[in-house]
Amino acid sequence: MRSLQDEGIELVFGYPGGASLHIYDALFNQQAVQHVLVRHEQGAVHAADGYARSTGKAGVVFVTSGPGATNAITGLATAHMDSTPVIVISGQVKSHLIGTDSFQETDMIGVSRPIVKHSFLVQKAEDIPMIIKKAFHIATTGRPGPVVIDIPKDVTDPDYKFDYSYPKDIDIRSYKPVEEGHSGQIRKAAKLLLNSKRPVIYSGGGVIQNDASEELTSLVQFLDFPVTNTLMGLGAYPGTDKNFLGMLGMHGTYEANMAMHNCDLILAVGARFDDRITNDPAQFALSAKKIHIDIDPASLSKIIKVDVPIVGSAKTCLDQLLKELKKNESKLDKNKIEPWRKQIKEWRKEHGLNHQMLKDASNSEKILPQHVIQSLYKETKGDAYVTSDVGQHQMFAAQYYHFDKPRRWINSGGLGTMGFGLPAAMGVQLAFPNSTVACVTGEGSIQMCIQELSTCLQYDLPIKIINLNNSALGMVKQWQDMQYDGRLSHSTYEDSLPDFVKLTESFGHVGLKVEKPEDLESAMKKCFELKDKLVFLDVVIDEDEHVYPMLEAGMAMDSMWLDKKTKTWE
Amino acid sequence: MKRVIALLMENQPGALSRVVGLFSQRGYNIESLIVAPTEDPSLSRLTMTTEGDTQVVEQITKQLNKLIDVVKVLDLSLEAHVGRELLLIKMEFSEKAEAEVSNLGGQVLFKDDNLLNAEFVGTSEELDEIVTSLAKLNPMEVVRTGLSGISSTAKTLTI
Repeated sequence: MRSLQDEGIELVFGYPGGASLHIYDALFNQQAVQHVLVRHEQGAVHAADGYARSTGKAGVVFVTSGPGATNAITGLATAHMDSTPVIVISGQVKSHLIGTDSFQETDMIGVSRPIVKHSFLVQKAEDIPMIIKKAFHIATTGRPGPVVIDIPKDVTDPDYKFDYSYPKDIDIRSYKPVEEGHSGQIRKAAKLLLNSKRPVIYSGGGVIQNDASEELTSLVQFLDFPVTNTLMGLGAYPGTDKNFLGMLGMHGTYEANMAMHNCDLILAVGARFDDRITNDPAQFALSAKKIHIDIDPASLSKIIKVDVPIVGSAKTCLDQLLKELKKNESKLDKNKIEPWRKQIKEWRKEHGLNHQMLKDASNSEKILPQHVIQSLYKETKGDAYVTSDVGQHQMFAAQYYHFDKPRRWINSGGLGTMGFGLPAAMGVQLAFPNSTVACVTGEGSIQMCIQELSTCLQYDLPIKIINLNNSALGMVKQWQDMQYDGRLSHSTYEDSLPDFVKLTESFGHVGLKVEKPEDLESAMKKCFELKDKLVFLDVVIDEDEHVYPMLEAGMAMDSMWLDKKTKTWE
Repeated sequence: MKRVIALLMENQPGALSRVVGLFSQRGYNIESLIVAPTEDPSLSRLTMTTEGDTQVVEQITKQLNKLIDVVKVLDLSLEAHVGRELLLIKMEFSEKAEAEVSNLGGQVLFKDDNLLNAEFVGTSEELDEIVTSLAKLNPMEVVRTGLSGISSTAKTLTI
């Protein structure tokens, strides 16, 4: 406990149990660290993750051994895939019982091994301060990631005393992340950027994690180049700026995907060319030179061979690159890319997303999910923290809510964890008690961590839950519609859904339900007027709506479905 | 293509499982693996052989380097290097068998009326041939350590 205080930790999410009782007793006798009691350990890790993503600081979790530890696994895998700094401190059975199949024993180090950046099994109390110092250093530096500290109960015995001191500095001989990019590579990159006629800047979650949005924005504005963000990178560049192409990839905009496919240069920053972006890697942006800035050397040329790999932090490298470009400002010819800009504008005009759908909502028989996101955007003036679960609603939110600031869009991109949204919103709301926090979810996802509504009451968290209710596992249904001749195998509930209004009320919150397009905006307004209350807005939407554009599997990035009948390829 | 990767890692519990786990997790194949503490007791040295093209092996070495417990990695296949492994064998004792062992450059380590143990040291290819040659004597058991290697250039795997 003292080590956590000395590390400056103010907030911990957790759930007590036998093996962590000594730790919880120490928690009881102090005020510096606030503890939030969740209703399920998965919720604790997601909440800490939401806290970490919105603040940039490490999120901390206490769980007990056995089931407490295994319940934390989904949360750890989520944090690992999205590279977020989460520290899980798990109780373990007493040292002499390890390996004997004792009560509530799980090999937490073994179980979590493939989904953590690193882990520690504490062997003696004297090691705790150094291990905690190391854990925070590893979790928050380089490419961030989750760290597990497994502590046997006897090691936290309060009767055992030792000379405590918290280390000031840390040096791990095998772990020294490179911040600065190689100057020769920076020069090469600058030269390619200045010579390009059809450039695209493609930035990912790394820019947000590394607080490099300002540097990215300065660079883009200096060059006046088009820029696209990944699902994890939304908000790194202002979503309402003219240079912004929208999200790219599986459900990216037509213009972003077309630009990627047809460009002659890609500057990738803090992104990892994953399969939801590239589609078939063998057909990916064949006419483009590629520059890739990433703090993780293993991300470079992992999937797509790049011409100029640069190892370093996004913030430092972008700053270096901008300086290098400014030195050569005379060679920057903004007219050179004018035809390219015109082309992108045409693409947008042809098949861009319609951001004015809400205006015509009353002509529609049913509420469309896009209406809901646009109404949410309007009501929150684009300034809310928006968490999301996983599925169609997540994609609609990513497409139609414009994020102008980093750390505002909080979602499980890599692992795609249903159940993430509500607990993540708790972490965000606790970090920013006076800000508006909305959780965009669906009736499928929300039921995976619905128990946290109880936590929200205990800690007065006025989260606004926007439930896009289409009475089906929407994304599963969409794939079944498109690829399995509409055979909806186990993606609907046969009238077994709960009454979400009553359910929310039973948890002590406010529930609202809206079914008609003409009532949507007033319901949304009411939801956000109840400032001090958690409001669950259950929106009955058109159950047949699909998310478009959608990349066709196994093809290049220019092969997209644009609606149920229109595709871009023969 | 067969590749030889050597690395230094922290000599502590869990380190080896992270290295081995990485291979199964990312679908890489380990052909052989040999590990022992170094003269600096805080470090262990591990040599492994694997199959893969340059891009795959480059990705393997990067992923290994990412592990916090791994201090340094060297792809010996990219360097001039020497590699040796040890083979131990158990056969029924006969004068013919004993003669064959010394004929093939091996050393008899133990013998009695019934049994004979011998050792051979060589490259993996040499040991493959020895195993083939000894097959006609119907060995009861053959054990190989896997390849250990060291570079023949100025590049050293030390800290």
